[in-house]
Amino acid sequence: MTQILMPALSPTMTEGKLARWLKAEGETVKAGDVIAEIETDKATMEVEAVDEGTLTKILVPEGTEGVAVNTPIAELDGGAAEAPKAPKPEAVLDKAPVEKMETAKPAATPVPAQAAAAPEKDWGATRPMTVREALRDAMAAEMRADKDVFLIGEEVGQYQGAYKISQGLLDEFGPKRVIDMPITEHGFTGMAVGAAMTGLRPIVEFMTFNFSMQAIDQIVNSAAKTLYMSGGQLGCPIVFRGPNGAASRVAAQHSQCYASWYAHLPGLKVLAPWSAADAKGLLRAAIRDPNPIIFLENEILYGQTFDCPVDEDFILPIGKAKVEREGTDVTLVAFSIMVGMAMQAADELAAQGISAEVINLRSLRPLDIETIVRSVKKTNRLVTLEEGWPYAGIGAEVAMQILENCFDDLDAPPVRVHGLDIPMPYAANLEKLALPRLEQVIEAAKRVTYK
Amino acid sequence: MAETAARAARGKGASKGPSQPAISKDQLTRAYRDMLLIRRFEEKAGQLYGMGLIGGFCHLYIGQEAVVVGMQLCLQPGDQVITSYRDHGHMLATGMEARGVMAELTGRIGGYSKGKGGSMHMFSREKGFYGGHGIVGAQVSLGAGLAFANWYRQDGAVALTYFGEGASNQGQVFESLNLAALFKLPCVFIIENNKYGMGTSVERASASRDLSKNGSPWGIPGEQVNGMDVIAVKEAGERAVAHCRAGNGPYLLEMKTYRYRGHSMSDPAKYRTREEVQKMREQNDCIETARKLLLDSHGVSEAELKVIDDEVKAIVQDSAEFAQTSPEPDESELWTDVLVESR
Repeated sequence: MTQILMPALSPTMTEGKLARWLKAEGETVKAGDVIAEIETDKATMEVEAVDEGTLTKILVPEGTEGVAVNTPIAELDGGAAEAPKAPKPEAVLDKAPVEKMETAKPAATPVPAQAAAAPEKDWGATRPMTVREALRDAMAAEMRADKDVFLIGEEVGQYQGAYKISQGLLDEFGPKRVIDMPITEHGFTGMAVGAAMTGLRPIVEFMTFNFSMQAIDQIVNSAAKTLYMSGGQLGCPIVFRGPNGAASRVAAQHSQCYASWYAHLPGLKVLAPWSAADAKGLLRAAIRDPNPIIFLENEILYGQTFDCPVDEDFILPIGKAKVEREGTDVTLVAFSIMVGMAMQAADELAAQGISAEVINLRSLRPLDIETIVRSVKKTNRLVTLEEGWPYAGIGAEVAMQILENCFDDLDAPPVRVHGLDIPMPYAANLEKLALPRLEQVIEAAKRVTYK
Repeated sequence: MAETAARAARGKGASKGPSQPAISKDQLTRAYRDMLLIRRFEEKAGQLYGMGLIGGFCHLYIGQEAVVVGMQLCLQPGDQVITSYRDHGHMLATGMEARGVMAELTGRIGGYSKGKGGSMHMFSREKGFYGGHGIVGAQVSLGAGLAFANWYRQDGAVALTYFGEGASNQGQVFESLNLAALFKLPCVFIIENNKYGMGTSVERASASRDLSKNGSPWGIPGEQVNGMDVIAVKEAGERAVAHCRAGNGPYLLEMKTYRYRGHSMSDPAKYRTREEVQKMREQNDCIETARKLLLDSHGVSEAELKVIDDEVKAIVQDSAEFAQTSPEPDESELWTDVLVESR
C-alpha cells in the first residue's frame, strides 16, 4: 500500500484546496493519469499518479480547503508496482560524482597586516616601452608558450587591431590563432566562453569595453558562475580585454568606466594596469590564470612610454597593489590612468610640503586591502581617485573597507575624487569638467590634511 | 498506426532491400530503455517535488524523450552535448548517473554539482555534458564554442547544441548560426520544438512557420523531424552528425516534439487543452511506439521488456533513496569553487 501525499505544486506552496477527485475508490490508475485537481494560491493544477495500482481509499474528500503539503490524501494498492530492491548501480556515488578541480579557499575577512609588505621582486634591467607594445608582447609570449591560447575579436587580425594592440600577431600565429570576428559580441563572447569551458584559453578583445555590454550576460552568468554551479567541475580560463573608460571626445556611449560593474562579481578577477610593466606583467598572469579575468586597459595610456623589465620571464602577481611612491601625510589610491594623475598630484603636493603616498591598485578584484591599510595606518588619511562614477564605485568600496579595517587610524573622513555623475558630454569644455582634474586631487589631499 | 507499420517494415529491411535497417534491435532496445529511464526518473522527480524535497524550478522532460535518446545514438566518445534548463533527460541520455542527478535536484552533496547548481545546472566533462544552463539562449553560443574548440583542436568531435523553439528567437542564436557557418564549426543545432515557450505557442512567438529554415540565410542545411519517433530522430541525427564530422559545417534539426507536463512545476496549463495533451500521449508517445515495434517486429517478448522495466524502476528507486539520504553540503562548501586556485 502506498500513500499519495498532498503535493507541492509551486516553489512557495504550503497548502492548497483539494478541488476535485477524478478517480473514485476502487478505480485502477496508471502512472501519468490525472487523479485530482488542486487549487493553489496561483492556479488550479492537475495531480498525476506516479505509481500504478488501485485507488483503495480517499482520505481527503474533494472540496477540502487548507490541506497541508505532504498530508496523505489517498491510498493506493501498488500491487505489482513495488519496485524490486535496487541493485546498487556501481558503488560509485557514495560522495559527489564530480571530477574535481582545485578549489580556492574562502575569502577571509581582510586582516590588517602589521608586517611590512614583501618588496616587489627586482626584475633587473628595463627598457622604455609603450603600453601598446607591452600588451602585444605579453600576448605573443603566452601564445608562443601555450598553443591553447588564442586571440579573438573584431579587427584583431588583418586590420592589426583597432588600436594596434595585436600588431604583427596575425603574421606570427596565423588566422587560426588570431581570429577576426564579425560585429557580434554576444555571439562570439559566448562562443569563446564555451571554448574555454573545454580547456582552451581564449583572449577576447573588446574593441572597447562599452561593447562588452552586448555580451555581459555571457560574462556574468556563463563565465563567472559556472565553476560554482558545477561544484568545481567546469572552470573558464578566459581573458576579456580592451580599452575602458573615457577616451577623448567620443561622448557618453563610448566613455564609461566598467570597473565597479565587473568588480562587483564573485567568480571574476578584475585587473586595471597603468604602466607598461603593469600591462605586460599582469596580462601574462591573466592569460595563465585558470579563472575568467576582466582586463581593463585605457586608450590614452596605449601610447605612453614606461620602463619595463626586459627579463623574458617577467610577470606580476594578481591581487597585489603597488606602492608607486612612498609618502607620510596622505594616501592616494588610484588605478589605471588615474595613477598618472596621482603621481602628478604627489609632485605638486611635495612642492607644497605635503608628502603623498601613491598606491596603484593594479587589481580591483581581489582588492589588496592590506597594502592600503598599511599605508593608511601610516598616513592616517585617504583620498581615492577614479574616472568613473562615484555611486557604488571603486572609491566607495575602498573607503568602506578602510572604515571596516582601520577606522581608528583615520584623522579625517576619506575623500573620493571621481568623474561627475552624468553621461559623458561631447563638448570639449564639458568633457574636461566631467572628468577628475589634478586640482581636485590636490584640493582633496589638502582637505584631509587640513592644509 | 500506419507509421508504426512502416517502421516495422523498415525494421525488417523490407523497404530497403539488403541494406542496413535504420536501427538494430539492440539499438532500439537501448533506446527504449533510455527513454523509459528518463520517463520514470522525471515522474519520480515530480513526485519528490510534490513532497517538497526538490525546490525552486524543476522542468520535466516527459514526452520529449525520443529527441535526446535518438540523437545520443549518433554520437561517439568525445562528442559534446549542451542544453538549457529542461536538462535531466539529456544528462541521463549521456550516461550520467541517475543518483547524482537526483541528488542534485534535492540539493545534496552527492549531486553532480555538490548541491550548488540544482535542476538547471549540472555538468559532466567525462560524459561530454556541458550543462544545464539557466539563461534561455545562452547555451547556443556556448555550444558553438564547444564546436569551435573541436574546430580549433581538429579532433573530429561534434557538439550537439539543444534549445527550445522559444530560445530560437534570441538574437545570440542567430549570431551563433552565422559564426558556426562562417567557420564551418561541427555543431548540430537542435531545436526542440515542443510548441510552447512557457505558455506562449510558437505561432504567437515566431513569424517563421518552419524553424528548420532558420539557418538558411547562412546556408545551413535544416530538416524537420518527427521528434516523437526515436527512429526518425536517429536517422536525421546520423545525417547531421556525419555532415559535421566531415567538416561541412553546422546542421540544423527542428524536432517536432511535445511536453506532457507543464513548463515547470507551477504551470497551470491554461494555454492548451487537456484533450490536446491527451491526444499526443495516446497517439504519439515515443515509448509506446518503441515498445510496440520491439514486440511486433523485433521478436522481443513481454517478459524481456518487463526485465527492462524492472531494471529502470530499480535505478530510479535507488536514485530517489540516495537523493534523500545523501547529506546536504557542508557549510564550508559555501566558499569553495568560486575561483580556481592559480596553478
